[in-house]
Amino acid sequence: MNNEPIIKCRGVHKWYGDFHAIKGVDIDVYEGEVIVIFGPSGSGKSTFIRTINRLEEHQQGTIIVDGTELSHDVRNIEKIRTETGMVFQQFNLFPHLTVMQNITLAPIWVRNWPRVKAEAKAMELLEMVGIPEQAQKFPGNLSGGQQQRVAIARALAMEPKIMLFDEPTSALDPEMIKEVLDAMIDLAKSGMTMIVVTHEMGFAREVADRMYFFDEGKIIETGTPDEIYRNPQEDRTKLFLSQILQH
Amino acid sequence: MASSELEQEEIRPPQPPGFLQWIRENLFSSIFNSVLTVVLLPVVVFIIYQVLVWVLFQANWKAVTQFPLLYTVGQYPRDQLWRVGFIFSGMILMLGISWGRWGGLLRSITLAAGGLLLVVAILPVQHAELTLNMRLYLVSNIALALVGYLIGKKIPIKSYLIFAAWFLIPIIGVILLAGFESSTLIPPVQTTQWGGLLVTFLLAAGGIVLSFPLGVALAFGRRSSLPVVSAFSTVFIEVIRGVPLVTILFMFSIILALFLPAESRIDRLVRALMAVTVFSAAYSAENVRGGLQSVPLGQIEAAKALGMSNFKTTIFIVLPQALRAVLPAIVGQFISLFKDTTLVVIIGINDFLGIGRSIINSDPEFVQLRTEVYLFMALVYWIFSYLMSLASRRIESAMGVESNL
Ligand SMILES: Nc1ncnc2c1ncn2[C@@H]1O[C@H](COP(=O)(O)OP(=O)(O)O)[C@@H](O)[C@H]1O
Ligand SMILES: [Mg+2]
Repeated sequence: MNNEPIIKCRGVHKWYGDFHAIKGVDIDVYEGEVIVIFGPSGSGKSTFIRTINRLEEHQQGTIIVDGTELSHDVRNIEKIRTETGMVFQQFNLFPHLTVMQNITLAPIWVRNWPRVKAEAKAMELLEMVGIPEQAQKFPGNLSGGQQQRVAIARALAMEPKIMLFDEPTSALDPEMIKEVLDAMIDLAKSGMTMIVVTHEMGFAREVADRMYFFDEGKIIETGTPDEIYRNPQEDRTKLFLSQILQH
Repeated sequence: MASSELEQEEIRPPQPPGFLQWIRENLFSSIFNSVLTVVLLPVVVFIIYQVLVWVLFQANWKAVTQFPLLYTVGQYPRDQLWRVGFIFSGMILMLGISWGRWGGLLRSITLAAGGLLLVVAILPVQHAELTLNMRLYLVSNIALALVGYLIGKKIPIKSYLIFAAWFLIPIIGVILLAGFESSTLIPPVQTTQWGGLLVTFLLAAGGIVLSFPLGVALAFGRRSSLPVVSAFSTVFIEVIRGVPLVTILFMFSIILALFLPAESRIDRLVRALMAVTVFSAAYSAENVRGGLQSVPLGQIEAAKALGMSNFKTTIFIVLPQALRAVLPAIVGQFISLFKDTTLVVIIGINDFLGIGRSIINSDPEFVQLRTEVYLFMALVYWIFSYLMSLASRRIESAMGVESNL
């Protein structure tokens, strides 16, 4: 393992107007690590994960992704975005494009791959997430679980070094959660660097290297899944875990 | 036994209602509905009967049937008509090819056009303009449409080539119609001699093709973060939308001429086209802007997260979804543009309506026949407007299949 972290955040702050959403976050992520972020709604998890690919701009502190510091330089931002895949809670597939076009659009127009290469890669990824037969359909005709797996394939088609997941299973019906988590577990085991915002504790237990508990824009507690579940140190963590583990 | 019969009964698909049942369900479904039917049906039948009697036996269609060339091409020199014919045939060929390629509404349009050509070509009447050559020309266009159909059906031509041809034909057409100063083969023909449907179509098609990109640009301009661009776009849109088309036509036809030096006089028809384009662009811009606002932020974020630049995000993600959302409004805008071209009469351009009026005014006898002339012109405008709205509905439903996210 490389000694330099692939993502390095130091003293990251973010305000929405006067509202202080992220209050000084330090996180190091090394290549191949799987990080799980959890915490109550409104605690700044989405905001933080979105600062890493600059969907939100941080106003203080430094974020260095794969050796490139995020700044106002548009070229840096686009470079980091091509190396960072993101999967959203609401899938955000492009409704006017087929599954195949959704996946090949960025490889063809950003990476400048030939169409044949992009389509071969897309089929390979659709096999991996288990829905090669859906390639020519439009997103509107797929189930939520299938759409989210397409979204994962779309992000992976750019061959990113890092994958960001923002509550990827929260909008899914319970019976579809497993198919998406399985695809994510496969990906984690293949060595992908991942930051995952999720409350799926089974997923965290199986593949997470470290977990971070967020509350009110700050990291309250961090540790391995074992440490967090068996022996949480902070009262707020205990309370939150007791709430989400009830069912 | 009884239960299996029941199942047989149940799995049969519902039958379409018979004629009598349709009448019962639609015309006599309630007492009120029955009364309405009993009262209105005779009225409707009576009106239709009266109209038919008038159209077939009382009306005098002389002012319509006597001048087919005036209605279609205006005063375009009769010895140069082959140029118009050449372009018309080019479009018929393209229509056939498009029919072979896509079918659907294009099939109906081509067949209707072919049917009309055939009827005119074999009309059993003596007519000064319907010479044997003209009839042969009309029939040969039917053959041309069929040849096009076979080409489109059998040869896998790329769609964008067909689109390109549809764009090129009018451009080549205008050059051919205008001719060249130095040429003896195609000597220049002043646009003052152009007229009729030819001019109406030129203004409408030119206005649509030019105003649409301008409208899209203005819509983006209005949302731009550069204050100068957004202020210019906003002022432009609001001024144009706040002024009647008549005023804009006068502005372009008179005031523009005052400001420009005499030798750089822009052609009258071009000035009318500019006015129509600018007018339509302002309305298109507002339609497109509505579409842009309807694209969810998540779509833009997803594209950005893939490393796409602002420009690529706009071209591949935002614009297609925005245009799809406002297609009906945009087609509605094009239909009103088509009808609005009639206003060019007031700056002395003989479009289809203008020709009709000048025919009426050319002979005291025809003044009596103006009802027939106006009815005929209304019918022609209605047919083309209706075709546009049909086409838009087809496109919408074809895209609707994909849009149920
Ligand atoms: N665009 C925004 N403008 C203003 N406030 C926002 C915006 N996005 C998020 N917030 C606020 O920031 C806080 C953190 O939000 P978020 O990161 O979405 O939380 P989480 O993902 O943990 O539920 C919330 O209080 C939310 O209301
Ligand atoms: Mg969130």
